[in-house]
Amino acid sequence: MITTDIIIIGAGPTGLFTVFEAGLLKLKCHLIDALPQAGGQCAEIYPKKPIYDIPAFPEVLAGDLVDNLMEQIKAFEPGFTLGERADTIDKLDDGTFIVTTNKGTQHKAPVVAIAGGLGSFEPRKPPIPNIADFEDKGVAYIIRDPEIYRNKKVVIAGGGDSALDWSIFLADVATEVTLVHRRNDFRGALDSVEKVAELAKIGKINLVTEAEVKAIDGDDTLKSVTIKHKTEGEFIKETDCFIPLFGLLPKLGPIANWGLEIEKNAIKVNNALDYQTNIEGIYAIGDVNTYPGKLKLILCGFHEATLMCQSAYKRINPGKKYVMKYTTVGGVAGFDGSMKVAKKEQVLNIKDL
Amino acid sequence: MSDIKLKITDREGNIHEVDAPTDMAMNLMEVIKGFELVPEGTIGTCGGMAMCASCQCYVTSEHNLPEMEYDEEAMLSEAFHVEDNSRLGCQLNITSELDGLEVTLAPEEL
Repeated sequence: MITTDIIIIGAGPTGLFTVFEAGLLKLKCHLIDALPQAGGQCAEIYPKKPIYDIPAFPEVLAGDLVDNLMEQIKAFEPGFTLGERADTIDKLDDGTFIVTTNKGTQHKAPVVAIAGGLGSFEPRKPPIPNIADFEDKGVAYIIRDPEIYRNKKVVIAGGGDSALDWSIFLADVATEVTLVHRRNDFRGALDSVEKVAELAKIGKINLVTEAEVKAIDGDDTLKSVTIKHKTEGEFIKETDCFIPLFGLLPKLGPIANWGLEIEKNAIKVNNALDYQTNIEGIYAIGDVNTYPGKLKLILCGFHEATLMCQSAYKRINPGKKYVMKYTTVGGVAGFDGSMKVAKKEQVLNIKDL
Repeated sequence: MSDIKLKITDREGNIHEVDAPTDMAMNLMEVIKGFELVPEGTIGTCGGMAMCASCQCYVTSEHNLPEMEYDEEAMLSEAFHVEDNSRLGCQLNITSELDGLEVTLAPEEL
């Protein structure tokens, strides 16, 4: 069981900045995120795109923003549970919460801050009606262990980097690799595209372009896919595995069933006070929340995180007085023993000279 | 006169006729969002970067639309339910050339 002061669900910019504001109040944080790395959308969807409305940053790449936040919070030693989705929440009699992930990791804290953005990123599944019947029985959306494809026939669908890279990798592992893509061109990295073309030429990858997998069939396990070519019509391809790789899509997911008030696909919070939800002790900050006049901006998430931490402090330390201190005055005392503080001006008495 | 008329069929098949301003630097996705023609959170997921297909629509009128840029083409090559007349709403800027445009929203990806 991981114990901390604030469990933060979502390691995007808002979740990361919460660690800093909590740290100033001597509160420890642990972040949970379904993605394998911190940064949320900024890291997953648009790391190379510029953002122009972060105060005092005329221009910053989304990926750099995340790197800077990680640097800023380092001294507060946040814990991370990455690649796991927060699935359930239980409120104990003493008012603390236990958040359990889809992999069974348990976290305990008196305060939960949901900074889940648009939700957890899930693989985009092609609209094939019976596809769910074959999940883990030949159909997979993520390749976890490539070894399970050894000596198997594999059909991969998609046109991005992951479809190309896995086709190349599995060409040496599987008995047969078929790559199905709707178009003639690929949008992956140039050398991956060239490598696939090369492997296709020598027969190591069976490349089917201008085509789509339209149906799948089997009994206990997957046996075949139906590929529809734009002009040549449909044909059936025998296969052991079908791996559609079409990227990720955010879904609000299990949080929607936590008894929180949901409006417009977001969590309703009290914006007049502290961004608390209808469940005392659970806060929602950043893109995941809604209130009158809400704007889904990173800078608004930072503000919400800051106010939320003040409320969390009062909940964790009832009756204790706290006076906000400017970091310029009080410095930043890390949990790692580090101390950042403004340099004192040197004073020299003229009579000593 | 800076408004144009658009005929938008939502995902339930309801037809909406809306006046969209040409002087607000808006795109079709933002118009649909602004008029709340679909539930919040089901369109414009990526914010208009052509990085999701939540604003995919089928253009059913005979308009001369601006050609697709690489990002839009690439996204549509990965999206589902794509037809020859598919476009991403976020890549169609509201200009006077689009007056009378008719579109049907593609099904939501689940």
